[in-house]
Amino acid sequence: MAERQTAGEAEPTRPPATGPVVLVIEDEPPIRRFLRPTLTSQGYRVVEAETGEDGLLQAATRQPDLVILDLGLPDLDGLQVIRRLREWTAIPIIVLSARGAESDKVAALDAGADDYVAKPFAVGELLARARVALRHATLGREPGESTFVLGDLRVDLARRRVWLGEVEVRLTPIEYRLLTVLVRHAGKVLTHRQLLQEVWGPGQVEQTHYLRVYMANLRRKLEADPARPRFLRTEPGVGYRLLTE
Amino acid sequence: MKDDRPDPDALLARVRKEQARQHRGKLKIFFGATAGVGKTYAMLEAARHQRAAGVDVVIGWVETHGRAQTEALLPGLERLPPRAVDYRGTTLREFDLDAALTRRPALILVDELAHTNTPSSRHAKRWQDVTELFDAGIDVYTTLNVQHLESLNDVVARVTGVPTRETVPDSILEEADEVELVDLPPDDLIQRLREGKVYVPEQAGEAVRRFFRKGNLIALRELALRTTAARVDAQMEDYRRDHAVPGIWPVAERILVCVSPSPFAARVVRAARRMAAGLRAEWVVVYVETAGQTRLPETDRDRVVQTLRLAEQLGAETVTLTGDDVSTEVLTYARQRNVTRIVLGKPARPRWREVLFGSVVNELVRRSGDIDVYVITGEREGPQVPAVERPASPVDWQGYVQAAGVVAVCTGVAWLMFPRFAPANLIMVYLLGTVLAAWRLGRGPSIFVSVLSVAAFDFFFVPPYLTFAVSDTQYFVTFAVMLAVAVVISTLTTRVRAQAEASRQRERRTAALYSMTRELVSQQGLDELLRAATRHIAEVFGGRVSVFLPDPHGQLVQRAGELAPGTDAPSERGVAQWVQEHGQMAGRGSATLPGARALYLPLTTARGTVGVLGIEPPSGETPATPEQLQLFETFAAQTALAIERVALVDEAQQARLRSETERLRSSLLSAVSHDLRTPLATITGSASALVEGEATLDAATRRELAQAIEEEADRLNRLVHNLLEMTRLESGGIRVRKDWHPLEEVVGSALARVEKHLGARRVVIQLPPDLPLAPLDPLLIEQVLINLLDNAVKYTPDDTPIEIAASVDDHTAHVTVADRGPGFAPGEEARIFDKFYRGQQAGTRSGAGLGLAIARGIVEAHGGQITAETRRGGGAVFRFTLPLAANPPEIRPDDG
Repeated sequence: MAERQTAGEAEPTRPPATGPVVLVIEDEPPIRRFLRPTLTSQGYRVVEAETGEDGLLQAATRQPDLVILDLGLPDLDGLQVIRRLREWTAIPIIVLSARGAESDKVAALDAGADDYVAKPFAVGELLARARVALRHATLGREPGESTFVLGDLRVDLARRRVWLGEVEVRLTPIEYRLLTVLVRHAGKVLTHRQLLQEVWGPGQVEQTHYLRVYMANLRRKLEADPARPRFLRTEPGVGYRLLTE
Repeated sequence: MKDDRPDPDALLARVRKEQARQHRGKLKIFFGATAGVGKTYAMLEAARHQRAAGVDVVIGWVETHGRAQTEALLPGLERLPPRAVDYRGTTLREFDLDAALTRRPALILVDELAHTNTPSSRHAKRWQDVTELFDAGIDVYTTLNVQHLESLNDVVARVTGVPTRETVPDSILEEADEVELVDLPPDDLIQRLREGKVYVPEQAGEAVRRFFRKGNLIALRELALRTTAARVDAQMEDYRRDHAVPGIWPVAERILVCVSPSPFAARVVRAARRMAAGLRAEWVVVYVETAGQTRLPETDRDRVVQTLRLAEQLGAETVTLTGDDVSTEVLTYARQRNVTRIVLGKPARPRWREVLFGSVVNELVRRSGDIDVYVITGEREGPQVPAVERPASPVDWQGYVQAAGVVAVCTGVAWLMFPRFAPANLIMVYLLGTVLAAWRLGRGPSIFVSVLSVAAFDFFFVPPYLTFAVSDTQYFVTFAVMLAVAVVISTLTTRVRAQAEASRQRERRTAALYSMTRELVSQQGLDELLRAATRHIAEVFGGRVSVFLPDPHGQLVQRAGELAPGTDAPSERGVAQWVQEHGQMAGRGSATLPGARALYLPLTTARGTVGVLGIEPPSGETPATPEQLQLFETFAAQTALAIERVALVDEAQQARLRSETERLRSSLLSAVSHDLRTPLATITGSASALVEGEATLDAATRRELAQAIEEEADRLNRLVHNLLEMTRLESGGIRVRKDWHPLEEVVGSALARVEKHLGARRVVIQLPPDLPLAPLDPLLIEQVLINLLDNAVKYTPDDTPIEIAASVDDHTAHVTVADRGPGFAPGEEARIFDKFYRGQQAGTRSGAGLGLAIARGIVEAHGGQITAETRRGGGAVFRFTLPLAANPPEIRPDDG
C-alpha cells in the first residue's frame, strides 16, 4: 500500500542510478508509462523494450537484474522469450498476464518464470513480487539460513523441527518436505507441478489431489483458521505460495 | 365478356417462358435436310459476323470433315481444345463441356447436335450438353439434320431405308430461339456429292450412296421444309395469341396414346407426338398392365419401359394403369382426363386370335362414344425400340425338382387307390397335384407337373401297365383333357398369384409412403428426419439410400444413409453435385451420367433444390421403370417437403432467437452503459482533480482521490470480468476442468480474492473437518463463491455477518452462503438468477445483474443446482449443490 504511485509524466527527483536494473518487456505504452516512474521512484533503473526480440537483445546487452515480461507480445510468444532467456541466464523473470489465463501462467512458470502478476494489478503487488524475486536471486549465491521464522511459525531446517509459538508441531515426512520446499521458495509462487516434483518426485506430477490433501493437512496444523490461511495461500489454478509479508 | 381477350393462363405461361428465357442463353439451330447442305459452313459464317460485331465467340466443337471451304472460315475464331477420352483402348476426342462452362463465352459453336457422347461423358447425348450450356446463360449455335429429329425418325427411316440411331427430342427444336433452314436443291447436292464436296465415310460407302438418291433427298428436303414451316406456324400462332387476334382458338385437345409391349409401340408414340404437335395438344401415353401381362417376358417388359421413356422424352405424360380389361381401363381414364382423341397401334396378331379373344381396337371403337379413335399401322419395317439385352434369368431348377416330387407323391397316392378306384378318380389326384404346384411353384413347374402327370398316369395306370404304350385309343382323349385342364388350372392359379403379388407390392409401397410421410411429419430434428427418410426408402426399394445436403459453400455433404464401397468416389460425388446444381435427376437409369452407380434425384421445393437423394439399387437389378421413377420422385418430394418444413421451423426459431437476443442486447446495453459510465466518471473526475489541484490539494485529499480511482477501477474490472464470463458461458466457451479439490481450499481462495471488498465484515465459516474431496473446477467454483459473497456484501448492512457452510449427504455436497440482510420479496427467489435481473432492494446500487446468473451457469455446468430462499430468522440463503463421484481418489497417509 505504501508504495502506491501515481503515473506522473516524469519523476522530478530521480535517485542516483545505482539500484538494480529492471528490464520491462511490454508492448502497451500506458502500462510502461506508469511502470517507469513507479519503479524509478523505488530506486530501480528501468530499461524498456516494446517487442520480444528487442527484449532479448536488451537482456543480453544491458545485463538486467530482473525482467518484467508481458505474456501477450506482438512478435514473440511470451513462453518463447522465457525459454530463450533461460538458455543462458537465471535472472528472475516476473510475468504479467491477464486474469483467467491460468494455464498460460502455469506454462510460463513451468518454463522458468519466477513469479506472475495478473493484470490489472496494484503496483504494491508487483513491487512485492520484485523484491522477493531479487532476494531469492541473491540468496542463491549465499549460504541459506538454518532457521526460518514467519510470525509464530519457526522452522529449524538443520534439526528438522517445526514450532508454532512455543508448541512443537509434529509433521509427517511428506508434510515436512512440502513445508521446506515452500520455505526454500518463500514468497514465490510454486506450481502444482513444481511442488509435486520436489516433494514426491518426477513420477507423480499429475497427482495434484495428493498435493491438495497434504496442503490442507499442513494448514490445519499451522494455520489458526485453515479456511482463511495467512501463510499458506492458494493461487487458484496455478499453485501455492508461502506468504512472507 | 369479350372472347377475343388473350387467355390469361396462356399469357402467364408465356410470360414465364420469356422470363426463363431471359436467364438462359439463346439457341440457334442451323437445320438442314441431310449432311452436305452446308450447315456447318452457314454456322461458321454467322459466327464470323458475330465475331466482327465484337461478340465473344468460341468454337466448342466443329466438324469440317476436311472441307477446304469450311476450314477457311476457322482462322480468327477461338477453338476450345477437345477432351481426350480413352474408350476401349482408343483415344476419342469429345467436346469439353466443363471447359466451355469455365470459359463462359458469350456465344459457343457446337456442331452436330445429334452426336452420341462416349459413355464416360456426363451426358449421354450432345444435345444435353447444349441444353446445359444455354441453361448456363451461354448462347449456342448448333447444327441438326431432319433425320435426327425424334418424332421424324421413323418417317425418315421409311423413306430412306436407312435407320438413324442418333436422335434428339423435338422439344429442343421447339426451345430454340431461332431455327435457320440451310437449304440446297437436291440436284445441287448431288452435284456437290460428285465433286467430293460432301463427306462420305469410306467404309459406309454403299449405304450412304443409297441414302443420297434423288428421291430420298427430295423427301428429306420436304420434311425439313415442313418442319420449319410448322415452327413458323407455331410462332405465328403465338403471336396471334399474344395480340389476341380473334378467331383462331382451337378447342383444347388432349390425346391419349395406348401402348403395348409390341416393338412397334414406338412408332405409335412418334405418330401421336406429331399429331399432338400439330394440334398443340397435351398428350398422355398409357400402358395398361393386365393380370396376364404381369408375367411378361423380361424383354417385353423392358420394351414397355423404353417406349414410355421415349414418350417422356418426347414430352408426353406417362401413366401405367392396372386392370383386367384394356379397353375399359383406357376409356375410364380417358373420360377422367377429358381426352378427345385416342391413338393406338393396329394389332399385328393373326385374325383367328382376334376372333377368339376379341380385339382391343374393336372394343375401343365400339365403346369410345364421342372420343375419336386413331389406329396407326404397325408395319414390320421401321426402327423398333431395341430391347435391352439382359442375361436370361436362371431357371429355377429347384421348382422343377419339387414339381417332380409332387408327381411322385400323387403317383404314390394313386397307386394305393388304384385297386379300388376308377381311373377317373386317379386323374383327380393328379389334378390336385397340379393345382398345388401352380399355387406354390409357379407356371413353369406347374406345366411340367401337368405333362409329367399325364406321363405317369399313362405309365402306371393305363394298360398295358409300366409302359408308355396305350392299348385303348380312348385314353388319348383322357390325356388331352387332363393336360388341357392342368394347363388352364396352372395358368389361372399363377395369374391370380401374380396379381395378388402385384397388388401386394403396390399396397406395400403405398403403405411405406404413408408411414414415411407420417414419421417425417413427427420428426423435429433434421438428422432424425433424414435417417427416417433413408430408412423408409431403403425398406421399399432395397439397396442403399443416402441423402446429401449442401454445406454453406454449396458443396454436398452426405448427411444420412449408407454408401456402398466406392460410392463415395469423387465421380459419384460429382453426379450428386450436378443434380444439386441443375435440379434434374441423373445417374443410373436416367439420361444423364447413366454410368453412375446410383440414381440421384433432386430434393426440390418451392425454394429450389435443397439436397440430393441417392438410390443405389441392389447389385444386378435393372434400371428403374418409369413407374418406379415416379415413386422415387414421390418419395423424394416427401423428403424435400419435410426438409423444408424443418428448415422453416429452424428459421422461425432463429428469428425468435434473434429478436430475443436483440431484446437482451438492448437491456444489457442500458444496464451496462450505466454501470460502466459511473466508475468511469469517478475515475475521470478524481484523476483530473489530482492533475489540476496538484499544488492546492493536501496529502490526505490526494490520497482519498487516488483511492477512489483505485476502487472504481476495481469495480469496473469486476464488471468487465462478469460480462466476459457471461459471454463465455453463453457461447459455450467455458470448459469445466474438474479435478479433486478440498472445498475448504476453494472457500479460502475465494475469501482471499474478496478480502479487500469484505473490509471488516464478519465471515463465519463452518466446514466439517471430514469434508471429502469434490470434483470441481476450482477457478469456476471460486467465481461462484465470489459472486455470492459480493452479492451478500452489496445487499446487506455492513454490521451483519456472512456465513459459509458446507455439508455432504448421499453423494452430493451442499454449500450455503447465508446473510442477515433484508431477504427476498415474495416470488423473487426464482428470478434472481435470471440475467440482468436486479433485486427489489437494488435501488441505486450498481451491478448489471450478472453475478448470480453466472453462478447458476457455472453450477449447472458442474451438474449441480443453485437455489435461493429466505432464511429463517431473516436474511437470505443461497445454496448450491455439487455431485460427488462415487469413487473419490484414495489418499495414502504417509505415516498413519
